[in-house]
Order: sequence, then structure tokens, then C-alpha cells
Amino acid sequence: MIKKPMQLLLQTSPFLRRGITTPRLMSEVVIATIPVIFAACWYFGLSALLLIFASVAGAMLTEWFFTPKKSSTQPSNSLLDGSGLLTGILLGLTLPPGMAMWMAFLGGVVGISIGKLVMGGLGQNMFNPALVGRAFLQAAFPTAITTWNPPATSPGSLESFTAIRESNLAAPFMQSSTDAVTTASPLGLMKFEHEPTPWFDLFIGNTAGSLGETCAIVIIVMGVIMAIRRDFDWRIPVSILLAVAAFSAIPWFIKPELYPTPLGMLLSGGLLFGAVYMATDPVTSPVTPKGAWIFGASIGLLVVLIRLWGGLPEGVMYAILLMNAATPLIERIAQPRVFGRGRSAV
Amino acid sequence: MSVAELVGTFRNGVHPHENKEQTENFPIARMAFGKIFTLPLSQHLGAPSKSIVEVGQTVFRGQLLAEAGGYVSANLHSPVDGKVITIGPRRHPRGDLATCIELEADPFSTQTINASPQNDPMNMSTDDFVASIQDSGLVGLGGAAFPTHVKYKLPEGKTCEHLAINGCECEPYLTCDHRTMVERPEAVVRGITIAAKILGAKKTSVGIEKNKPDAIAAMQEATKNLDDIEVYPLKVKYPQGAEKMLIKAIYGIEVPAGKLPLDVGVVVNNVATMTQFADWFDEGLPLIERVVTVAGTAIARPANLIIPVGTSVREVLDFCGLDMNTQQVIMGGPMMGMPLSSLDVPVLKGTSGLLAFTEAPKGHQNTLACISCGQCLEACGYFLNPARLAKLAQARRWDELDDFYVNDCMECGACSWVCPSSIPIVQLIRTGKGALRELKANQQA
Repeated sequence: MIKKPMQLLLQTSPFLRRGITTPRLMSEVVIATIPVIFAACWYFGLSALLLIFASVAGAMLTEWFFTPKKSSTQPSNSLLDGSGLLTGILLGLTLPPGMAMWMAFLGGVVGISIGKLVMGGLGQNMFNPALVGRAFLQAAFPTAITTWNPPATSPGSLESFTAIRESNLAAPFMQSSTDAVTTASPLGLMKFEHEPTPWFDLFIGNTAGSLGETCAIVIIVMGVIMAIRRDFDWRIPVSILLAVAAFSAIPWFIKPELYPTPLGMLLSGGLLFGAVYMATDPVTSPVTPKGAWIFGASIGLLVVLIRLWGGLPEGVMYAILLMNAATPLIERIAQPRVFGRGRSAV
Repeated sequence: MSVAELVGTFRNGVHPHENKEQTENFPIARMAFGKIFTLPLSQHLGAPSKSIVEVGQTVFRGQLLAEAGGYVSANLHSPVDGKVITIGPRRHPRGDLATCIELEADPFSTQTINASPQNDPMNMSTDDFVASIQDSGLVGLGGAAFPTHVKYKLPEGKTCEHLAINGCECEPYLTCDHRTMVERPEAVVRGITIAAKILGAKKTSVGIEKNKPDAIAAMQEATKNLDDIEVYPLKVKYPQGAEKMLIKAIYGIEVPAGKLPLDVGVVVNNVATMTQFADWFDEGLPLIERVVTVAGTAIARPANLIIPVGTSVREVLDFCGLDMNTQQVIMGGPMMGMPLSSLDVPVLKGTSGLLAFTEAPKGHQNTLACISCGQCLEACGYFLNPARLAKLAQARRWDELDDFYVNDCMECGACSWVCPSSIPIVQLIRTGKGALRELKANQQA
């Protein structure tokens, strides 16, 4: 037998890998947004797809534009890892149905460029890129982003699906047509009119609001599935929701006629969507279990404070962004207790 | 949690694919003796042994070749009847050259051992026992190769309440301890009886992972009339075979950082070490051969073989049918073993497995950015923050590694295994530990 010299590969242990990769984790979350997109289409028709398409296009084109084309070390990984796509989809789902597509596109551009790439790309960004995009839109177009269209009168029908809102197609920087039917969101109704929305409508999503945030049941189901599949740290959404319920129960208990019920707080606005899809972004949340509890509870507290006593009816976005900024601080004080080293932190 | 899940384990850890089916049902076999045997003087933790033979000298199987070079050191015996042909530098499995005694086996010898039982260990004083164990050249057979006798010399004021026997074999592919428990449970029990007597341990617990039901059954059968030995089925999880994880799994006790198991009154030994006790005291057989699992995708005939220490890895792999397109050969398990750069290295006392693969596992060439997913934290049995340690090591911020208890890391590699971004976490930690050690040494100088 002729033996050719055997060339043995030398690497250090461990020699096995689990084989679940970061792009796969990203794609699992992308897949988990599909039911939410479907619910958005059900209630708001084609507008949902148009806006998500626009924000994804903005995000992906920016990602592509700023990726070094001839880099030997980083062969345009960032386009393929799915994070840009996810940012685009999540941003699109936080926009109101009547928003102009060009604004959504711009939100995607800003989210990826300012929110992620300037910080050094995936893994280095301090703030959730989708929320950076949305915060930019909130500052740039305060009216458009708080103009709510009611859900379709006959949700799911072909007729209401294809009824395109003209405001979606408005040309850039032109006054959008104002003839669209608008209404107040459940949180706005509660804050300014003290008029609660029936909880069942909130539960199934038959209310005004941003595209992806209205249908509570879909978000809850997807959140449970993702938590079981360990796509994110379950402690974060659980602590956010517990904190919101606890902190909103106090004022409601004292003055039930003025303040919303804890259940209403949990189901309305972007809370569930933010808790499940936004705050759980691993890059911008604490890595330690203890940190996740602090992070989530603080978001919950901030949401209650902003919603009940702030100037805006909704506060989930700012609560998450503020706690994104505090994440390095939380990690300083919330390191895990090391095996065999007493019960104290650090 | 179902009732079946209510078995002991430690917190965190990972569960790599076990891959034990290749060898777990094959009885332990013996392979033919080779021609040349290479015995490094350093194949255990501690000081190297000191050769007491000369080139050209005829030796017999079981004859002492080298004496322990200190207290934490072990004797070395000849695995064959033969002749010393060289004493000099030869390739060590870890890659460098090390002083070895090279023997040529006598082709006409029957290679039977002429040995007689030792004194009855049950009537020995601890000091005599420790000396006797050191004479036998016994080292821990689980992989670390720590001289066994050191564990049996209890320091002043320390007592051993429990003897924990490690039958976890949590490394994928390896089944040598599994087969030992299935085939020689009475030898394991005999070893336990001796060890428990010397240590004064009141109870012995044998921890076996649930993926070895036949081993659990065999050990339960062998211990059914013995009240002081208990078999603990454990949940299958890596790295349960690590001493401190095993103690947590069986007794629920955390051994304080920087302390030894004995500080909580426990001594941990491997099952194979127990059979070696029985062989030494009842038959006078020093540690000259051991059971090695030979498996992997590049092995045509996987097996558990009794292999004399010093046998060439190439001979073992060829005996088991090594594929021509082998890409990687590992000595030990795939999680903590060491890669071999050459097949012309000897099997050591601590070699539990020889694994050969036609396709090297993907490795770390596709490393992506850390997304702080926290899975490494949930994998770490020591509750460290591997992500942070890896980042600090990558940034060469060595001094800060100490703040995150880098030296508590046992380098089990669970973090690297689980990382979705393929970051070589434990490798970075190893680099960091080395640099930190150097930094501290320089500061003291």
C-alpha cells in the first residue's frame, strides 16, 4: 500500500461545534416575524407590505453600500448574516399604516448607518438599530408617525387588503394628502380622553396602532415559541411585562377612573412588540441573567412613567433606547456569581 | 420536569452529540503487541520520573524502568519483555521532544507477567498504602494523569467523608469507562472497597450518566449487598466528569474556588483507577496497560482496546483500520483532548481515547462578531462570563481578566462549543491565562 504523507490539522480543543450559527439565530427571528406581518396585513392591508418593503430596502441598501467590496477578511458578511433584514422588518412593523414609504426607507437608512455601522457593525452597536431608525422618524416627522388609521372594517377581506392608502405613496418631502380617515390609538384615547379600549379588541389586534403592535395574541404566541427555542433571553420580556403590570397597578389601584388597568397597559401600544422583538436584541441588552432582570424591570418602570406622566401617550421606544444606553452600566454591577465564590455579586 | 428528569446534575453545561454508539457495545479487546515501545519519563502531572535502566539492558514485563522524581510523580514500568534500545529525545504527543525510554519487544516472549499479589491492603497503614500506590505507577486514568497516591495522603486535620467514583464519561465518543463498568463491575467494587477503607470514607457514590443504562445496571447488581456504596444515575451533560461538577451533581455541594474536593470531605477517582487498585493489590499488576477507545469517522473498526502504555499511535490506528484521508487525530476526548501532529507518538498512561476524523470539524475559520447572546454564560459550569473573558483577552487587557476570575476556568470548552458566532472563546481564555501568569511573574520580579 502506498502511503502518502498524512497532513493532520492542528487546532486546539474543543474539536466539536454545536452548529447553530448567528445567521441561523437571526433567520429564526425573521421567521418569527412572519405571523406578525400577516396580522398586520390582516388589519391594515397592503400598506403593511409596502412599508416593510421600503424599510427593508433602506436597511439592506445601506448595509450593501457601506460594506467594503474587496475586503479579504470580511467578505460582505453583514449582508448575509440576516441582521440588516431583521432591522428593516422590525422597523417597518413599528410604523403607523399611513406613513409614507419614503419615510420608512429613510428610517431604514438611518437605523443601519447611524444605529449600527458607525458603531462598528453587528455586535458593536449600543442602540437597537430599528429603534434608532424609528426615533429618527419620530423626531423628523412627528405628525406622520403619530397619525393613526383605524383597522379595516372587514379585516382579512381582499377588498380591504388591496385598498392602498394614498399617504403611503406620497412623494418625498411633499405634503401628504390629509383626506385619510384617522383616529386615536388606544393609548391616546386613554391618556387624553380617559376612554379605555375593550381588552378583547386589544387582544386580537382590532385597534388603531403601528403595523406590528396591535395583535397581542400573535406576539405572545411567537414570543413563547422563541423563548422555548432559546432565540432570546426569556428573562427580558418576562421582567418587562411583570414590571409594567406591577408599576401600573399602583396608580390604577389609587385612582381607577384616571389611570388604565394593568391589563390594558400590557396589551395596548407597542409594549408586547417591544418586549418580545426589540428589547430582546442580544447585542443591546445585558448578557448576564441578573443584568437581564434589571434591564427588563427598568424598561417596565420607564414605560409606566412615560405613558402615565410623560408628554407622549407611548413610551416603549424611549424606554428601550434609554436602557440600551444603560446596558454597559448594568453589566458592571450584574456579573454572575462564580461557582464556589459566595453569594455576593462581582 | 418529569419524574424521570429528577436525577442529579450540576447547573448549566452543554449536551454535545454523544457519538458513543460506535464503540459502546463492543467488548474490550486486546491488540497484538507492537515492536517498539516509547515511554516518556513525563506522562503525568508533576516531576518527570528518573530512569534507572541503561541502554542495552534486558527488561521484563512489569519491571521498574524509572522511579518517581519527587513526591508528585510516578513510577514507570516496562509494558513488555524486551530490551532498552535508547534513552533520549522522542516526539511526545503534546508535540515537543521529551526524554523517553525506548524498548524493543522480545518477539519470542509470551508477554505474560510474572507478578504476585501485594500485601493485603485492608491491613495496611495509610503510609504503606500511599507508598505502595506510588510503586504501582498509578496516575488518574480520566485524562489529567494526576499521580493517584497524592490524593490518598490526607493532610493533617482533613477527613474524607465521601468517596465519589467518576463513571460519567461525559466526553463524546469515549466508552472505555463505560465498558469497564459493564465488564468488570466486581473489580471496580473491589477497588472501591480498598479505597474507602484507606480513606476512612463512610459512603461511596458512583456517578454514572443515564446514557449508560447497562453500566448502571451492572454496578447496581455488583453493589446490591453493599450498603455503603450507592450508584447515582446522573443527567447526561458535559462537563459532568469534572471533579467539582460531579461533587455538585451528587452531593449538591459547591467546592469553594481555589479549594480541593477534600476541603469539603470528598475524594474523587475514576472507575478505571478503581480497577487498577484491584489489579495491583490482587494480582501485582502495575500500570503498564490501559483501556483506550479508538473511534471516529476515519476508523474502519472502532474498538475499546487494552493497549500497553508506550505503543505507537500509528500501530493502534492501523490495527483499527485508519482511513487514508484522515484529517485530524485527537488523543483524548473531542472536547478536551489534544490534537496530534504526528502518529509516531506513544499512547500514554492518561490516554483515554484515540479519535481520527476524515473531515475535520469546521473549527473557527468562520468567526463572526459576538452578539452577546449569553449562551456561553448558560454553558459555563463555573458561572463565569466567557464572552467578557474572550473580549478582554482579544483586547489584550490581561490584568482585567483577573477581575472576572479567569483562573477559575477549567477550560472544558463548553463555551466554544455553544458559541453561534464560532468565536474561539476557550482558546482566547487559555491565551489570556498564560499572558496573565507571565504578567504576574514579571511584576514580582
